[in-house]
Amino acid sequence: MGDVQIKVNPTVYDVIIVGSGAGGGMAAHQLSKAGLKVCLLEAGPNYDPAKNITQLKNPWESLRRGASTKYRPFGDFDASYWGWEIDGEPYTKAAGTQWDWWRARMLGGRTNHWGRISLRFGPKDFKRKSIDGLGDDWPIGYNDIAPYYDAIDRMIGIFGTNEGLENDPDGIFLPPPKPRLHELMIRKAATQSGVKVIPSRLSILTKPLPNNKDRGACFYCAQCNRGCMVYGDFSSSSVLVKPALASGNVDLIVHAMAREVLTNKEGVATGVSYVDKLSLQEYQVKGRVVVLAASACESARLLLNSKSPRHPNGLANTSGVVGRYLHDSTGAAMGGVIPNLFGRKRYNEDGVGGMHVYSPWWLDNKKLDFPRGYHIEYWGGMGQPAYGFGFGMEGLNGKYTVHGKQKEAGGYGASLKEDVRFFYGAGVGMAGRGEAIPRYDNYCEIDPNVVDQYGIPVLRFNVKWSDYEIKQAKHMKETFKEIMHQMGAVITWGGNDGPENNYGLESPGKIIHEAGTVRMGKNPKDSALNEWNQAHDCKNLFVVDGGAFTSQADKNITWTILALSMRASEYIVQQLKQGAI
Amino acid sequence: MKRRDSLKAIALGAISTGLLVEACAPKKKEEKANAGSAAKIDRFAEEAANDERLQKETFFTAHEMATITVLVDIIIPKDEVSGSATEAGVPDFIEFIVKDMPYHQTPMRGGLRWLDQQCLRKYEKAFVDCTAQQQTEMIDAIAYPAKAAPDMKQGVSFFNLMRNLTVTGFYTSEMGVKDLGYMGNKPNQWNGVPKDVLDQYGLTYTEKDLKDCISFNSPE
Repeated sequence: MGDVQIKVNPTVYDVIIVGSGAGGGMAAHQLSKAGLKVCLLEAGPNYDPAKNITQLKNPWESLRRGASTKYRPFGDFDASYWGWEIDGEPYTKAAGTQWDWWRARMLGGRTNHWGRISLRFGPKDFKRKSIDGLGDDWPIGYNDIAPYYDAIDRMIGIFGTNEGLENDPDGIFLPPPKPRLHELMIRKAATQSGVKVIPSRLSILTKPLPNNKDRGACFYCAQCNRGCMVYGDFSSSSVLVKPALASGNVDLIVHAMAREVLTNKEGVATGVSYVDKLSLQEYQVKGRVVVLAASACESARLLLNSKSPRHPNGLANTSGVVGRYLHDSTGAAMGGVIPNLFGRKRYNEDGVGGMHVYSPWWLDNKKLDFPRGYHIEYWGGMGQPAYGFGFGMEGLNGKYTVHGKQKEAGGYGASLKEDVRFFYGAGVGMAGRGEAIPRYDNYCEIDPNVVDQYGIPVLRFNVKWSDYEIKQAKHMKETFKEIMHQMGAVITWGGNDGPENNYGLESPGKIIHEAGTVRMGKNPKDSALNEWNQAHDCKNLFVVDGGAFTSQADKNITWTILALSMRASEYIVQQLKQGAI
Repeated sequence: MKRRDSLKAIALGAISTGLLVEACAPKKKEEKANAGSAAKIDRFAEEAANDERLQKETFFTAHEMATITVLVDIIIPKDEVSGSATEAGVPDFIEFIVKDMPYHQTPMRGGLRWLDQQCLRKYEKAFVDCTAQQQTEMIDAIAYPAKAAPDMKQGVSFFNLMRNLTVTGFYTSEMGVKDLGYMGNKPNQWNGVPKDVLDQYGLTYTEKDLKDCISFNSPE
């Protein structure tokens, strides 16, 4: 190999943003709108749901009929590029610990993957330590963030209903879609079991968004996970980055894998070094402010890899908390069939992409043997068949009479075709998503022995669930069984979990809500960021992804990432104006 | 998709069609439909290269493919609603899926071989060369897990896998989706469960539902 040359971009930007997902997209959108010159670095390729299309495709248009691959772990039509593993970019785990790390590599990041579930944190979610003595309170409260939730509701669009619930705040909602047949059955059964069921809250436009000509309304294909060619749902690429680029104030650099945050002798951030993944050329880009939004763990990795004499512990890490308090949502699920729905009438049941109803946490933990709650997500009905459809008929067609006939399990021929039609659309399932306690002992760190194909030291994870999360999963399973029973459903999977497998609790990382690694707090001794997502140790460095979270509630974290990024962006503009950074 | 990528995908389609035609002569129409599919959905560079590589490879021998072709039509024959598994291109789907999911390869190859060994012992012929009656007799011995003889259990496992891949391949084909009656995957307005269906299950929308939720005036 010849000399390694570093090309330095001659432009000095106002702000450099690393990562184009929810946090980075929002920062690019807000900062460019304020007239600042922004450089947006993205480690993956460009992506536009209007051009990179998998939506409205038929199963036979995929070679593997929609089955998953390592390239698209949620199926061949899923919008998101990569996932649990990326060629040439390993990560490691300490012995006896677990963490499955999801990484989307594309414009818009993992907003191309999520279920558009957009839940505000409630007043209690910011003050958990004050309530149960565990973890820490946030340095901010609900009232500090509420105006930004309102602004995002208006800017991005969300459907739902105002229910006046204490810890699931009302918002500015578009009307939700009506429940589907299985959802009416679920609601009836859950209500009988004492579980509240309300319309879901998803960032999907059931009506055109006022004052926005660039986005169309939902046309009910049930495929939000494939990306929407009319931009009828939220993804960072279409809703934030596209208009940010149109401002003329943003230079987007794709295939740019950030290596380090650069600092000067005074310890102030001066830019970012990155490698172009296509040419393998090394670059540096300079800016007055650096905003990290690479995902909780990638941002922690960048900080830990950015060592200098002024920041020997890694950047923004005097406290030693960078990488620590890593936590994910808890998750456990159960599925079955509703015999009442066998042989059901056919009609187009595609609604929005995802559930039309859900259950917010409905109990008081003071009366339970675990802290913190969970919400329940539901699914079922007559969906588009994909790889795996019709598997295991031998476990179904001998158990129930088909059009009044008792058959021998298994079989073949015209009789089998009759069975497949008979059982179609009778499936039902539910999953809990709960709040874990962020702990100092759950962390990611730089693996001293391993680098990726670009020579960047990789993360080593060290995470374990505690009894709190396991007991929560046990409670989920008991609740699901009760609802299934009330519904007259037969459990076909997830019904036999016990202490031997943590009651079906998914391994940490699997729910893809990583948070806590660069947490905010009042005290610089036990937090990396202040209440404005600004590093205590480095005034012109901000982290606006899930890393900043002190805790993450039982609410999917995207809406709060967006709100905090919007709030931090406003602060950056103000601080630059005042000459404070 | 970039122009460069589209060109690559088109070229790839042409090449793999040629290879597949050589590998197994019948069912040209289906192969064309399959071969074009790589160009039809969004692919990023690394996965496009993987699809291309898989399509160039051949896994099953001509004899294995001939056996699969007979088996899939026993599992999914033509009936009054729809056509057969071979008419829906299921053998080509199975050829691709075992390359894409290598864990299917040994159970499939070994299972086919097991089947031929049984037929050789019993009828002194490979499965494909047996009479229709002999084939039915053989399949009946492995198609019903609960009543299969103990020495047929390996055959039951193989047939369960064949049934899974055949059913999934058929019902994800154009013909199969139509057979199933799936009516979505197109622009629509979700206006709630049809009235007659609500009545059938004794369910109704509440006043709150009707007040809160979006309704469309146009009929579904």
